[in-house]
Amino acid sequence: MTDTPVLSVRNLVVEIPTRHGLLRPVDDVSYDIEAGEILGVVGESGAGKSMTGNAVIGLLDPPARITSGEILLSGQPIHNLGRSALRRLRGKKMGMIFQDPLTSLNPLLTVGEQLSETIREHLDVSHDQARKRAVAALEEVGIPAASARINSYPHEFSGGMRQRVVIALALCAEPDLVIADEPTTALDVSVQAQIMALLKRLCRERGVAVMLVTHDMGVIAEAADRVAVMYAGRLAELGGVREVLTNARHPYTDGLMASTPLASAGLKRLRQIPGAMPRLGALPTGCAFHPRCEYAQDRCRKDPGPTIDSCDGRAACWFPLATDRKEEAQA
Amino acid sequence: MTDTPIPPAPPSRLRRAWESDLFWSFRHAPVAMASSFVVIVLILGAVLAPLIAPHDPFSPGTLNLMNGFTPPGQANAMTGDIFLLGTDDQGRDVFSTILYGMRISLFVGFSAVLLAMVLGVTLGLLAGYVGGWTETIIMRIADVQLTFPAILVAMLIFGIAKGITPPEYRDEMAIWVLILAIGLSDWVQFARVVRGATLVEKNKEYIQAARLIGRTPFSIMLRHILPNVLNPVLVIATISLALAIIAEATLSFLGVGAPPTKPSLGTLIRIGQEFMFSGEWWILIFPAVTLLALALSINLLGDWLRDALNPRLR
Amino acid sequence: MSAIIKVEHLTRVFDVSKPLLNRVIERLPRALLTAVSDVSFEIEENSVYALVGESGSGKSTIGKIMVGLVAPTEGSVQISGVDLASETDAAKIEAVRSEIQMIFQDPFASLNPRWRVRDVIAEPVAAKGGDTTGLAEKLLEQVGLSAADAGKYPHEFSGGQRQRICIARALASNPRIIVCDEPTSALDVSVQAQVLNLMSDLREELGLTYLFISHDLTVVQHMADRIGVLYLGRLVEEAPRDVLFNDPKHPYTQMLFAAAPKMDGFGREIEAPKGEIPDAINPPTGCAFHPRCPLAVERCSRERPEMRNIGKTRVACHMAE
Ligand SMILES: Nc1ncnc2c1ncn2[C@@H]1O[C@H](COP(=O)(O)OP(=O)(O)OP(=O)(O)O)[C@@H](O)[C@H]1O
Ligand SMILES: Nc1ncnc2c1ncn2[C@@H]1O[C@H](COP(=O)(O)OP(=O)(O)O)[C@@H](O)[C@H]1O
Ligand code: SF4
Ligand code: SF4
Ligand SMILES: [Mg+2]
Ligand SMILES: [Mg+2]
Repeated sequence: MTDTPVLSVRNLVVEIPTRHGLLRPVDDVSYDIEAGEILGVVGESGAGKSMTGNAVIGLLDPPARITSGEILLSGQPIHNLGRSALRRLRGKKMGMIFQDPLTSLNPLLTVGEQLSETIREHLDVSHDQARKRAVAALEEVGIPAASARINSYPHEFSGGMRQRVVIALALCAEPDLVIADEPTTALDVSVQAQIMALLKRLCRERGVAVMLVTHDMGVIAEAADRVAVMYAGRLAELGGVREVLTNARHPYTDGLMASTPLASAGLKRLRQIPGAMPRLGALPTGCAFHPRCEYAQDRCRKDPGPTIDSCDGRAACWFPLATDRKEEAQA
Repeated sequence: MTDTPIPPAPPSRLRRAWESDLFWSFRHAPVAMASSFVVIVLILGAVLAPLIAPHDPFSPGTLNLMNGFTPPGQANAMTGDIFLLGTDDQGRDVFSTILYGMRISLFVGFSAVLLAMVLGVTLGLLAGYVGGWTETIIMRIADVQLTFPAILVAMLIFGIAKGITPPEYRDEMAIWVLILAIGLSDWVQFARVVRGATLVEKNKEYIQAARLIGRTPFSIMLRHILPNVLNPVLVIATISLALAIIAEATLSFLGVGAPPTKPSLGTLIRIGQEFMFSGEWWILIFPAVTLLALALSINLLGDWLRDALNPRLR
Repeated sequence: MSAIIKVEHLTRVFDVSKPLLNRVIERLPRALLTAVSDVSFEIEENSVYALVGESGSGKSTIGKIMVGLVAPTEGSVQISGVDLASETDAAKIEAVRSEIQMIFQDPFASLNPRWRVRDVIAEPVAAKGGDTTGLAEKLLEQVGLSAADAGKYPHEFSGGQRQRICIARALASNPRIIVCDEPTSALDVSVQAQVLNLMSDLREELGLTYLFISHDLTVVQHMADRIGVLYLGRLVEEAPRDVLFNDPKHPYTQMLFAAAPKMDGFGREIEAPKGEIPDAINPPTGCAFHPRCPLAVERCSRERPEMRNIGKTRVACHMAE
């Protein structure tokens, strides 16, 4: 591991001008991912998880754009690169895996053609070598009879197999960073287990930095090293996965964990967070979570929203929950 | 334990919001505004023709053969009368014939599209919702019809219809036959789009909920599916209107449409082209430009509507 | 307590062949997909029966057969002793139909976007010509929304609120049974908790019976009294909740439990299950699970296991004990 993180996001702001005003789906987000590390990003839908990922790989759909902050890939700024420079970086330095494998595969080309094309675009190898590498890549992601399946088209694969192909495609040019946006949400539990095991193994073996976006806390717990919790475009909490999930300091993280059915095992009713996440156009003042927060006080409504840096370095909350709260409650 | 209301309870209704969204996009589309201006002016001109037109081109009493071939804006050498857009060989005021011609063109266009729309939407809904043989039969007919150019189909229908109307009614019936011909040649587009949209809607769960409640297929098609497939229908109707007006003009130009006693823009163009090379250009050019302006602006309006109603482009 | 629903030897086969013409030209055989195969179970009054299984295992199809949206190919569903598919007395059919309602998975597709919430909720009653004054408002309050919401359109609500509206619509005809087809799969956890709590509350208040369809084991564990596990259209195991979770007997159930991500499974390395769900058009012979089963023996590929009772569990496996 080097000292410079593979990915370093600093005070990232993404804005979308709309007729109803300026929206900020990503607001002052900062985090690092080291080589070989998996950062899990969780939060309710609309929290800005995908937007953050898309901003990093340069796939924001206009009119959404980065308006401030920086993104450093191995220390090099990439947030101000042009489209073609970014395209060259994607694939070579950054791979991506989306929820729906069909959107990332070209239905008209065989998977072999897509793999060797990507390999040749980024690595200086001959046609034959690229093909060999393509077969190896498919074998590595566990596609049986890879040398035969290489001539199949995407629709000839099942959903789980397709996601394997997408992973092979994302990793074939040996990138340093992989952004996986809900890679298993569309898959069944047993296939999800297969895909996650694969992703974890490849990440570890190759020392790739992974940003794993998902809303499934269980997936995060099993796969991530660190976790970032997002709420209404901001980071609510950022820390080691075990600390954050077992001893949440931000009331939102705490509520999220508590409302999963397992956390209330044996209870008749689940604990729930009241209300719903506000729309971007109608964010409450101060801490965006205050209308739903049971610990909210005057300061939360009046002061500008807390950030992780302005608070204790882990949770963006003026009144973070005590670490030993759980023991207190039990006592 | 209630969710906080997502929008802070605005009194706006879907319809109002929807319309205001549409209106907003309209205000930001100069092309749409310009073309709707042209369309409105032309339609007003046609509707108000009896009030605006300086002459009644169809009452022989007001015609003066001496006024024939007066160039636009100049005084006639013999009578001294001045005509804004000149006169034709019969001494009819071109401006007035255009206004009256547009009445015929627009009437035929609107009626034909209405016919095509009712037919196409009904058949499309049936094909999409009922499926099976109903669908196969409807869509195969549509496919067959699509392999012929619409204008050919229209001419065919026109020919058949003309053949079976008694000669003494032919001129009178010509307009209705035109509407029938163009309408029948144009339903396919509506049917295909509505069928496609119906197939999508049909599989949504609100339709299953309605079936579960015990609604009849007829009531599901009418009350649930129809309102949800109307957007694309609106777009096609607009673009079809432009096409229908052109189809009518083409038929009339070919001499199989509106009779010279009730000239449409197409008839006027046919009459005008005889004089094109003898120097009386205005008899042809003004009706032609009107037709172009009408069809083009309706078409542009349709294009804008398609983009504005497409939620993904918004 | 008595069984309010009896499902007996239920089978549903879908014809998924290409159109006749293509089949003749391309010389393809008919393709028949068995979505549900010989499934039997009973649901007690005022209990929650859950069906779990992976995608394509036939959960929704069973739910739809139950409410009458899909007809069974063989077997029967009896609701309060009436079999909808064979009953001829129209009045009885009507009565049973209004007793059973359904909530769907996708809250964005299950409400007609052009209808006001008031009309959506009152439709089950309006369709029968009943009196709907104040009905929507009353139901909205019952599901935790406000009466003022009746005049709005569905797009003005969030996913969780829409699911509440769906619940209100399902309640409109005073049903005794509600089939819930993945009612919270499309929702975020915090909202899921709200909706699940609402459903539990309503069950107590109104004495409802739920058929609860889900692929999420944690949700099922929280909600269900009794659970049936489906694989490729077959019921492979059925047991009371605690029995099933403490002692799963079928190898597929065990695999499912092992594969589900655990909230406290930090850095857990599991042996990922092997293989994939087979094609339902050409399912494996014998026990459908045998190509993936770690315990499979020769007999498994030959003979379809019968449902057997082992303690409180019903299980269809030759090797289970
Ligand atoms: N109308 C239909 N025509 C043809 N095949 C169908 C039809 N409905 C369902 N099937 C098939 O039957 C099988 C079972 O479907 P079903 O919808 O019951 O699965 P499910 O368990 O609810 O899955 P999911 O978790 O994806 O909702 C699937 O293979 C499906 O493709
Ligand atoms: N083109 C757009 N116009 C306006 N708002 C958008 C657009 N795209 C995304 N958003 C909003 O940005 C926010 C963040 O979205 P996203 O990153 O996709 O959330 P997540 O992945 O966490 O579910 C959401 O509130 C979403 O509605
Ligand atoms: S800052 Fe206040 S409102 Fe926000 S999470 Fe912390 S305690 Fe709650
Ligand atoms: S019957 Fe055989 S193959 Fe099937 S689950 Fe039991 S042991 Fe496995
Ligand atoms: Mg997302
Ligand atoms: Mg289903």
